[in-house]
Amino acid sequence: MKALRYLARNPVSLLGVVILLAFVLVAVFAPMLAPPQSFQLSPYDTPRAGFLATPMPPSRDALFGTTQGQYDIFYGVVWGTRTAFKIGLGVVAISVLIGTVVGAVAAYYGGLAEEILMRIVDVFMAVPFLIAAMVLTALLGKGIWPITIALTTFGWMSYARIVRSEILRIREMDYIHAARSYGASDLRLIVLHILPNAMFPVLVLATMATGSMVLSASALSFLGVGTEEGYADWGQFIAYSRNWIVGQPGNPFQFWYTLAFPGAAVFLFVLSWNLVGDALRDMLDPRHSH
Amino acid sequence: MLTYALRRLMMLPIVLFALSLMIFALQMSLSPTQRLAAYAPSPDYLKGGQESIRRMIEQYGLNDPFYIQYGRWIGGVLTGNLGWSETARQPVSTALMSLFPATVELVVLAFIPCLLIAIFLGSRAGIHLNRWPDHLIRIFTILGWSFPVYVFGLLMLLVFYSALDWFPPGRLSQWAQTTVSSGDFVRYTGANTVDALLNGNLAIFWDSLRHLAAPVITLTYVNVASMTRVMRTSMLETLRQDYVRTARAKGLPRRVVELKHARRNALLPVATIAGMELAVMMGGVVITETIFDYAGLGQFAAKTAANLDFPAVLGFGLYFAVVLVLMNLIVDLIYPLLDPRVKTQ
Repeated sequence: MKALRYLARNPVSLLGVVILLAFVLVAVFAPMLAPPQSFQLSPYDTPRAGFLATPMPPSRDALFGTTQGQYDIFYGVVWGTRTAFKIGLGVVAISVLIGTVVGAVAAYYGGLAEEILMRIVDVFMAVPFLIAAMVLTALLGKGIWPITIALTTFGWMSYARIVRSEILRIREMDYIHAARSYGASDLRLIVLHILPNAMFPVLVLATMATGSMVLSASALSFLGVGTEEGYADWGQFIAYSRNWIVGQPGNPFQFWYTLAFPGAAVFLFVLSWNLVGDALRDMLDPRHSH
Repeated sequence: MLTYALRRLMMLPIVLFALSLMIFALQMSLSPTQRLAAYAPSPDYLKGGQESIRRMIEQYGLNDPFYIQYGRWIGGVLTGNLGWSETARQPVSTALMSLFPATVELVVLAFIPCLLIAIFLGSRAGIHLNRWPDHLIRIFTILGWSFPVYVFGLLMLLVFYSALDWFPPGRLSQWAQTTVSSGDFVRYTGANTVDALLNGNLAIFWDSLRHLAAPVITLTYVNVASMTRVMRTSMLETLRQDYVRTARAKGLPRRVVELKHARRNALLPVATIAGMELAVMMGGVVITETIFDYAGLGQFAAKTAANLDFPAVLGFGLYFAVVLVLMNLIVDLIYPLLDPRVKTQ
């Protein structure tokens, strides 16, 4: 109810929710929007209309045109939505899990355990994120799983930091002292009383991170270590556009469609998550409300 | 303060050690034959067949236990030898040193406008909280966050290179490259704009600026959002403080209160973030340099990571960690100058 009232007052946030819902619908109805052909081994293999190198403009057969090698851009954008949700939500879910466990253990045990865990966090923080993710993806091979593993490996640290500091903050609150005097065990305190209240900042961070992880995943594909050739993945399609974006002499905008459609998809997807995350922060953080 | 700085500096070797251990462990997951490529002086060793490969593996000790190989590598690093980069076809340290000025030039040129714009927009938004400047700036920052660097970069290429032919990719035009490589042009710093000025060659200065424009705009645009956000929050907090209310109550003009009294103190958190941001930019040039074919550390890192050129990856990782720790240290050291209250603690 409170959320609805907030959305009614903030049209920009409402826009974010609407875009996100639209992406959910595209992902759910992908088989109807862009039906895979019967001979395809996987619906994520984008069908191609020949092997001609030059991209073809939008037509009745290919609504958004084709890339180099004649991959259908409309099909790639539609099924790429599922890829984006898989990677974004997958990376964030696993990262939150790891970060929460590390942060909670550090805050709960304190002392040497805390020192070691937080120094590990520091070391991971000093790693250049994109380069490290590139190396790990290149080592693990192409595909969604290598990308997810690589982005998770170098992306869990901020959750650990937040969870730890939130636990340390909440631990000293009166209701926790009250619960402890009732005889609640430490574990019960952490899991039932502290963590639920510590999860709000994590939720905000996770929402924002879903968008930025999809950005990083397509950056990996763009840099050439992401998904297999022809896989329905926005970053891959943007990478295809790279050789053609300069157009030809006298006609610079000739191949605009190779960048416009997959580029808009990534942008709107990330934008919607950021808007939703921003709205969540406004709603959950009393300092920002007015 | 000094002990604090020293303790901070003591962290550096620990971080570097752990980091190198981590990357080295990743490298060890490759087979000795794959790793051999990094050591072999030329690809000719493959022609010799299995026997020659086995001999080379033996020669470089690639079958030795992890700690022996790691020790050998560390020993090299301590004597300034980071190994051989197959991608650059030269020693890693030489490659890093020669590319470093190019990236510094790019990052510094992008960082200054980034900081100024963020301070300007952030304090505007804070002053006009929940009125149209604030809303516009909020939309601008969220758009900046959401716009993929590579899409923005490709659009820049499309408009400013392909359509208008203002900002070409690369670092220098062909003719300028020829001049710079010739003996008459003295390379003082390795940064093209600075060197051109020192040599008094305005044509080359102009040419290098034209090549820098597109990557600089791209880097500025994608980095300005988060700093603006910090400035806005900080401005809001400062404007709520008692001394600001006092200044207002005694009838000082709005502008003086907002810009002289409040904004100066609101800059403090931005200084902290700015150091981090600069460090992140030094490592975040990967995509920008790749798109604009700008031969700097970022493009080098992207190439080496895709090629699994591990000596180079290790070198870049160490470089980035050093930059990160040093930037934090510098911020810590100049903080008391900005905020005298810190010194008394």
